[in-house]
Order: sequence, then C-alpha cells, then structure tokens
Amino acid sequence: MSRTSFVGLCLLPLLITVGLFFVLPVFQLLIVGANSPSGLSAYSAIVTEPRYRQSLIATLVLSVATTLVTVAVATIAGLFLQRNVFPGRAILISILTLPLAFPGVVVGFMIIILGGRQGIVGDLSRAMTGQKVIFAYSIAGLFLGYLYFSIPRVILTIMASIEKLDPQLEEAARSLGAGTWAVHRDVVLPALVPAFIASGAICFATAMGAFGTAFTLAARIDVLAMVIYTEFTLNANIAMAASLSVGLGLITWIALALARSLAGSSVAAAG
Amino acid sequence: MKKHVEGAAIRLENCSKTYGSSARALEPVTLNIARGETVVLLGPSGCGKTTTLRMIAGLVAPDKGGRILFDDQDVTDQPIEKRNVGMVFQSYALFPNMTVAENVGYGLKIRGVPRADVKIRVNEMLAMAGLETFANRSIDQLSGGQRQRVALARAVAARPRVLLLDEPLTALDAALRERLRTDLDRLLRSLGITAIYVTHDQQEAMALGDRIVVMSNGSIAQIGRPNEIYFQPANRFVAEFVGAANIVEASLKDGFLELPGGRVQVGSEASSRREAIAMVRPEAISVVPPEQSSWIGRVESTSFLGDRVRISVGEAASTPIIIDAPNSLSVEIGDRVGLVIPPSSVRLLPA
Repeated sequence: MSRTSFVGLCLLPLLITVGLFFVLPVFQLLIVGANSPSGLSAYSAIVTEPRYRQSLIATLVLSVATTLVTVAVATIAGLFLQRNVFPGRAILISILTLPLAFPGVVVGFMIIILGGRQGIVGDLSRAMTGQKVIFAYSIAGLFLGYLYFSIPRVILTIMASIEKLDPQLEEAARSLGAGTWAVHRDVVLPALVPAFIASGAICFATAMGAFGTAFTLAARIDVLAMVIYTEFTLNANIAMAASLSVGLGLITWIALALARSLAGSSVAAAG
Repeated sequence: MKKHVEGAAIRLENCSKTYGSSARALEPVTLNIARGETVVLLGPSGCGKTTTLRMIAGLVAPDKGGRILFDDQDVTDQPIEKRNVGMVFQSYALFPNMTVAENVGYGLKIRGVPRADVKIRVNEMLAMAGLETFANRSIDQLSGGQRQRVALARAVAARPRVLLLDEPLTALDAALRERLRTDLDRLLRSLGITAIYVTHDQQEAMALGDRIVVMSNGSIAQIGRPNEIYFQPANRFVAEFVGAANIVEASLKDGFLELPGGRVQVGSEASSRREAIAMVRPEAISVVPPEQSSWIGRVESTSFLGDRVRISVGEAASTPIIIDAPNSLSVEIGDRVGLVIPPSSVRLLPA
C-alpha cells in the first residue's frame, strides 16, 4: 500500500462521519424545506408570515440582549476575580461554572422555582408588599435563564484573556497619567475585544438555539426553537419546520463566521 | 555639554521593601540623584534594582519609615499617575490599539492638552526619535528598535520630572543594542532630563551612567562614576561584576604580594596588612620576556579576539591569571612569560 493511499484510508472515518451526520441531513433539510405543497414559499414564509417573523425577531433580540449583558457582567466579574485574591475565590469560580453542568430544562426549572407561581420571589414579595411577583413565564424569566447558562461560558474565556494581558501595558498608561477609569477604557477593554467577540459569538449562537429553557418556561413566549418544535410535532408541517431550521442555522452560522473573521481563530478556542 | 536641565532631583530616604512575610527584597536605601543626572542601577537579577526603580515610579510603596522626595516634595503617598514620571519598559508596553502618534501623544491627551498642541509636541517627539514617517503606522508594523524609540518618545512627550528606564535594551539583539545605546546616550544628554536606568549589563551601565549604583542582595554595594566603579571597586562583588577581574588572595610583605610565580609590588595603600585580596584588570598586565620580570608564569591558553589577545597564564598565582594583551603579541601555549603590573593598578579589596 502506498503512503498516500494509507493517509487516504485514515481520512475515511472522518469523511463518512461528515457525510452521514453533516452533509446528508443538511441537504435533506434544504430539500424538505423546499418541498412544501407551495414550493419554496416555506422559506419566504419565515419573513412574510407574522407569527414566524415575530418569533425570529424575538429570538434575535433576546439573543443579542443576552450576549451584551452576559459579556458586560462577565467582564466586570472576570476583572475582579482575576485581580483580587481572597479566601474562597477558587470555590466561587467553580460555583460560577456550575450552570454548565445543567441542561436547559433544569435551568428553566430553577427559574420557575425562583420566579414562578410558587416561587421564592413571589412568596417574599407577597409577604412584604402583598403583591405576588411572577416573572418566570415572561420574557424576563427567559432572559434570566439565558443569562444563567451564558455567563459561565463567557466568563472563563474572558478571565483567560485578562490573565494574558501584559501588566506593563497598564503600568505604562498609569505612568502617563491615566487613572483607573482611563486605563480600562484605553488599554484593558481594547485588549479584550477579541475575547469579547469570540465569547460573544458563542454566547449568541447558544442563545439562538436554546430550547430546553424555553420549553420548560414556555407559556407566552415563542422563540424560534420552540416554533420549530411546534410545527414539527403538533402541526406536522415538516416543510416549515425544515425551512425555519435552515434559517436559524444560517443566521447563527453567519454570526460565528463574522466573529471568526473579526477576531481570528480564537473563536474556535472559545468554544 | 548639557544645554538645559529638566526634571527633578530625586531623594530616597531609608527606603526598604518587604514582600509579604518573606525576607526583605530591599534593605533600607538612601540615595540622592541630582537634577539632570543619569544614574544607572546595576546588578544581577534579584538584587533590588527593579524594586528601587518601581519605588521611584510609584508602583511599589516603601516599607513604613521610607520617604521618596522629588525636589523636596514628599511623593511617597502619591500613586504613579500623579507623580509625572516617564517610564520605558523592557517589553516597551506600547498600546497595540493605537498608532505610533497616538501612543506618543497619550500622556498629553490624558492631561487634557488641546488637540493642536498635542499634535505639535508629538511631531516634535517623532522628529527627535527619527520616526516622522511612521506616525500613522500601527505598532505591529515596527521593528524592535523602532518600538523602543516610540516607547522613549512616549515617555518623554509630557515632560516628566524623571525618566525611568527598566532594561530598555535587553530585548534587542547585540548589534542593535550597541547602536541604540549610543542613540539613547545622545538623547538623554540632549534632553538633560533626570534619568534612572536599570540594567544588568555593565557595559550599558558604564556607557550611559553619570553615576552607577551597583546593587547586590537588596543593598547598595557601591555608588560612583563609571571609572571609579571600574578602577576602585569597593569589594570583591563589584570587582567581579563590573568587567573582568583577576582576584588573588596572597600574603603581603613589605609592600609586595607573595605569589607562587614571584613578587608583585602594590601601591601606596599597602599599609600594614598581612593578608590581602588583590584585584587586577586583565588589560593592566603586560607580557614581557621572563628575564625582565620578577613574576613568572606559563601560558595555558590563548584566544585571538580581533582587537586583542586574551591569554591565561598559570603557575603565576593560585588561580590562572587572565591577561588582555595587544593583538600583535604572539605567544604559544607552554611558553614561560614574565608579567608586569604598574603598582597603581593593583587594587586591594577588603577581606
């Protein structure tokens, strides 16, 4: 056997995997989406049909908001954790990564325990003001749930970047007269931009596709993943489910690709 | 030939530094630096030179009891951003998100200098550093030497009271280092600014310093002009750290060192000591035919270094004697040679 054909043989498992689990399903999805009784209209329905359009916009807004708030929270917390040594720091960091261990359903369940009809916040607020505060089934509950599982993904990436910052850069800025605020504005945050883009893209992609949390909380919220589920299982509108899936995948993929070209190869590492 | 003098006189009073519960990094140091003077802190790593520099900068606070004064003004409790110091780091620490001009102008911008004035001063600084055409370049387009010049221009743009340089040439290769050292020397002289320069390279220290502070194990071993440090080292550490040195331990009799290879006359400082540690620089020793000297040895090795020949002579003392001879000298390994030292070149060190 020649050397080249041996290398070719080694690639075979990868090619089979890619073909079976990647190329084939995506092609099938594309074809199914286009095979509705009314042809390609299932694709255009994503933007023309108000229900789908609203769901798409709601999902985008929720994902963008989650990403922005997550990056902001993770940056502040990361800067603090990376620069201050205090008892219990290691435990706190490991607690922060705890949500990674929970599936979306559990996250949704925790939001219900917190802000549902029998929730802790509701009981407390009733005891104090007589008014029961319930937020679990609204967009606020969903947003909190998304934040909860997004922060650990982002905070570890940002902390790693903060650790790699050259402390002499900050000292140089301070020697030139920059106070704490100016040092962060002019030196620290610009140096962290690649980490923001990389971890933000992953956060956005995860939020776009998150299903378990939305499913558990779903009362009045239609995120895209939920609509796909409904179309597929309840309405048996397989063409529409397929075209929505393609749309969701495309948006997420474009976001990741943009981030990759902006921030270099660190996006892959951030996953 | 200083045209004008800028900056402050610096005084460290009794400044020591202890990190945590560990041993002292710096013993109490008292040091006066005149306005416009260039002082080099020289020593091996861990000797306390960087801690001293960072104390003057305001990045490290001295232990209780220490005071730092800029022109009689106590700045001990001032943070670095209030002290108006310029700093050049070994890594240059240029801001990668700013252009060359933005880097140089940063200190002025932070101080709220009007944009037009910033531009004038930045252009002045870029011209001084020979970087006019690089104003709009990004930092990663510059070579190591150019980065070092940008860092220097940035540090002096806002007219600091003192310029602090932390091993600014160490990251460069040898040839470039030598050239930039000359540039740096010229620049420091023309600026006339008070400058404190940290290095472990004794050649750099001698080329740049008006005075050198040799440090060892967290305290000052000697302060002096470069030639004082070189010719009259205060102790064995300084003698060996600054330049090459032959150090021999021998008994002293009637103003002569008694060595295995003969007798060597020492200068007037011989005094009444019986035992001596003597230091002789390799270039102070001449090689002559054996019959012309009372101190004889045998050549053990020779290496031709271009501008000179370095030979090692055994049997003359308890350890081989290193000699830097003119490059015209021709001796072979095994030759018996006589060695001659002017008595004034023999330096007796404290035991």
